[in-house]
Order: sequence, then structure tokens, then C-alpha cells
Amino acid sequence: MADLGIGEPYDPGAPLPPLPGHSSRGRLERALREGRFAVTAELNPPDSSDPEEVYERALVLAEVCDAINATDASGANTHMSSVGICSLLTRAGYAVVMQISCRDRNRIAIQGDVLGAAAMGVSNILCLTGDGVQAGDQPAAKPVFDLDSISLLQTIRTMRDESRFLSGRKITSPPRVFLGAAANPFVPPLDYRALHMKKKVAAGAQFIQTQYCFDLPLFQRFMARVRDLGLHRTCFILAGVGPLASARAARWMRTNVPGIHIPDDVIRRLEGNPDQKAEGRRLCIELIQQIREIEGVAGVHVMAYRQEELVSEIITQSGIIVGRQKRDRISRTPELPPFRPSETNR
Amino acid sequence: MLALRHWSVRHARSLERVYAALERLVLALAPFFSRLGHDRAEAPVAAVERRIKGLLFDCKMCGQCILGDTGMSCPMNCPKTLRNGPCGGVRPDGNCEVKPQMRCVWVAAWEGAQQMAASTAILDPQPPLDHRLWGLSSWLRVAAEKGTPDRPSAHG
Repeated sequence: MADLGIGEPYDPGAPLPPLPGHSSRGRLERALREGRFAVTAELNPPDSSDPEEVYERALVLAEVCDAINATDASGANTHMSSVGICSLLTRAGYAVVMQISCRDRNRIAIQGDVLGAAAMGVSNILCLTGDGVQAGDQPAAKPVFDLDSISLLQTIRTMRDESRFLSGRKITSPPRVFLGAAANPFVPPLDYRALHMKKKVAAGAQFIQTQYCFDLPLFQRFMARVRDLGLHRTCFILAGVGPLASARAARWMRTNVPGIHIPDDVIRRLEGNPDQKAEGRRLCIELIQQIREIEGVAGVHVMAYRQEELVSEIITQSGIIVGRQKRDRISRTPELPPFRPSETNR
Repeated sequence: MLALRHWSVRHARSLERVYAALERLVLALAPFFSRLGHDRAEAPVAAVERRIKGLLFDCKMCGQCILGDTGMSCPMNCPKTLRNGPCGGVRPDGNCEVKPQMRCVWVAAWEGAQQMAASTAILDPQPPLDHRLWGLSSWLRVAAEKGTPDRPSAHG
């Protein structure tokens, strides 16, 4: 059991006692407000109905993370849903960031999911617009986009702070969630990006997780603008990082995944090394250490696409959790009823 | 008309003025519309609005025009119909994630907004679209909602 400055060991899955000025009872908000350099990591959702695949991936992330992001069909590819993953993880005592994309569901479905999520013990929600359907494995799908990331933030903030739906109808017990949004400082219009983040903060974003940062000078310029606007004092900024598996993988991502900017010199550095995977890991560790020095950065968000096993090592070697107790592995596993195929056929 | 749409953004400053004048005209006609009856005025006004704004902005007749807040670049031309700013998928050349041949509607909006007097309006969060208003006239709605033209803006 980890100690988070509340006097005694606690169950990481259990809601923390409410504190004044806190929106949620989750430990991510608690860690950020206490001024700790926070770590979140993305769990790659399985293409499977087996809960063990989720638990295996969560286990390796949990020891270094304040919360695990459950993605919502990222890249417009179908996987296990973020609601499903959050249901499994909250049951097993993990802190999660539930991602909600506006691409696949309208306001009726999303507001219902927010209540359901809060009921399951989800304390953090990340509001995303979502990649276009053309990017994924189902390009023939109907894009919904009934809300966008900013109107989604406003909607959930209204649900939480005013106990009512977008329609005005009353909510008897509001969702106590810490609200997040994404920022991409690395794509045009570059001089608008910090202002766009300000707009998200005005709409209700309390934390920001950025797109992959591989271009440090560009990120430093963005953060300077963020500090000019005073945004580092009104929201917590977690910089997106991740290990590149190889130069080839980096090129593929740059071409095929929307919004990813990888400078040529990063790719050349990988190419120039016989062990590209190890070099990708070193690069990630260096970036984390450099990012940590930037004023106004409150943490990192690790996205290790299909490389979850590396996250713990990267975070530990980067030294960002030195002086802070490494989390225990969460041993509690849920007791599920035995699976009986014959019954499910009816 | 993509070329004309781009022209409109490049001339956002002058169009903002034209629009402010147009709004005054619509508001001046408000008593006439109300005598005619909102429902009877709807079809002809919407037809004129569709023609003019279709030509200049590739207007999609969402019925809740915010051109004045978006640098005279119609946000409903964004394949994700985003009304609050660009997504994170904009390509390095400033083109759209979904339609690589098209310039991002919001890259254009940001450029247009900087020419306009109401240049900070782009930072105002927009509420979600009311999907019941598709195809209806924004001008008429503005005329009905604003009785007196005390604060001309480029909406409508």
C-alpha cells in the first residue's frame, strides 16, 4: 500500500476522503494538487473479451503510475471500449483516466456514460474530439461528432458543478470527476495552440495530457507561451512521451497516425544505432528528464504503444519518482463467476 | 466553391463590415418579417441566405451561424464539424487530417480572425449545435431574437 500523505496506507482503488477545492476523490488529482510530478500511462486496449488481457497490461503499468488511461477507440480502431476497461480496472482497484471521444457517441450516450463511469469509481475523465474515422479500421463508419472536446468539457462540468444535464434536467448525485483535455502543441496553427488550450481550460479542463513530445524546442516555445498566459497555474500539464520501437515504426507513426510530429533528427538518431529499440528507450528517458526541467510541467503521460512492459523501466530510470515511494503492485484481483459457455448461448 | 471560400477568409475584414451592414439591414426588416409571419418568411429568406452564403462560404445551413467568431471560415466545412477550434490531427502543411487535399478550416479561421475587428471572438467557447435548426435561416433567427440593433456583430 502506498502512502500519499494522508497519514496512513490506503487502498488505491478506494475513493479518498473529499478535500476542499478538489473535484474528485481520486489519487491523480490528489498527487497533482500536492505538487508531485505525476505519471499517467496509456493502456493498449485488447482486441479480445478476455479480462485477463486488461489486467496483465494494467499490472505492469500500475507500479509507476498515478492513473491508467483507458483509450476510447483511439485512431478510430475498434478495441475493447473505455467504459469496459474502466469497469474492469475500477473493480480491481486501479485509478483510471477514462477517455471519451466525440466521434462515436452523441450527447445522450456520453452523458449516460459519464454517470455510469462515476458510479463505477472513475475519478478522471479525458475529453477528446477523436481521430477521424478514415484513420482506423472502419473507415465506412458514420462519424458522430455531436459534441466536440470543448463542448464535452462544458457538458461534464455542468453535470458535476450544477447537477444537471445539458438539457437542464436535474441530476440527483453529480459525477465527482477531475476533468482533462488533450493538447497538441506540435501541429498548425502553431501560434494558436496555447490559446486553444486556454479555451479548453476555460471550458473546464483541469489537467492536460499532450500529444507525443519528440520536438523539445517546439514544446519549450509552447510552454513559454503557456506561462505567459498563466495557464500553468490554472491547469496541470502532463507532457506526452513514449518510446519509439525503431526508425521504421517512427516513420510509420508519423505518416499514419494523425497529429504525430517526429522531427527528422530523431529518426536519424534511431537509424544510426544498431539497437534501435534500446536507443528509442534512451531517447524517451532523456526527453522525460528534459521535460521535467521545464517550468509549468506537472507530469508525464506515457504512451508506449504495444510496449507496456517498458513503462516501469523507463519511469524508474528517468529518476522522476526518486524520493517518492514506488507503488506496490496491486494484488487484489476481482472474483469473477466461472465462465459457463452453455448458459451464454441462450 | 473552395476558391471563393478561401477568398472570403482572405477578405475577412471587409466581409465582417459587409456582414455588420447586412445585419443592420436584417434587423431593420425585422418588423416586416414579424408582420409577414416568421413561418412565411422562413422559406424565401432561407433560400436567399443559402444562395449568398453558399457561394461565399460553402455554407451548410446549420441554422446557427458563427462566421463572425470563426474568421469567416465556416466551421461546418470541417469534416468533424468542429465549432470550437482545430483538432489535434492537422497535417504539417496545415491541411485537414480527414481530407488531405483541403486546407484545415480552422487554420483558415485563425488567419481570418486576426484580420477582423472581433479577433478574439474565436476564443469564445461555443455550445453544441442544435440539430433541429439545420436548413433554417440564421438571419431570420437573429432578426427575431435581437429586437433592437444595439450591438451589430458579424453573426448571421
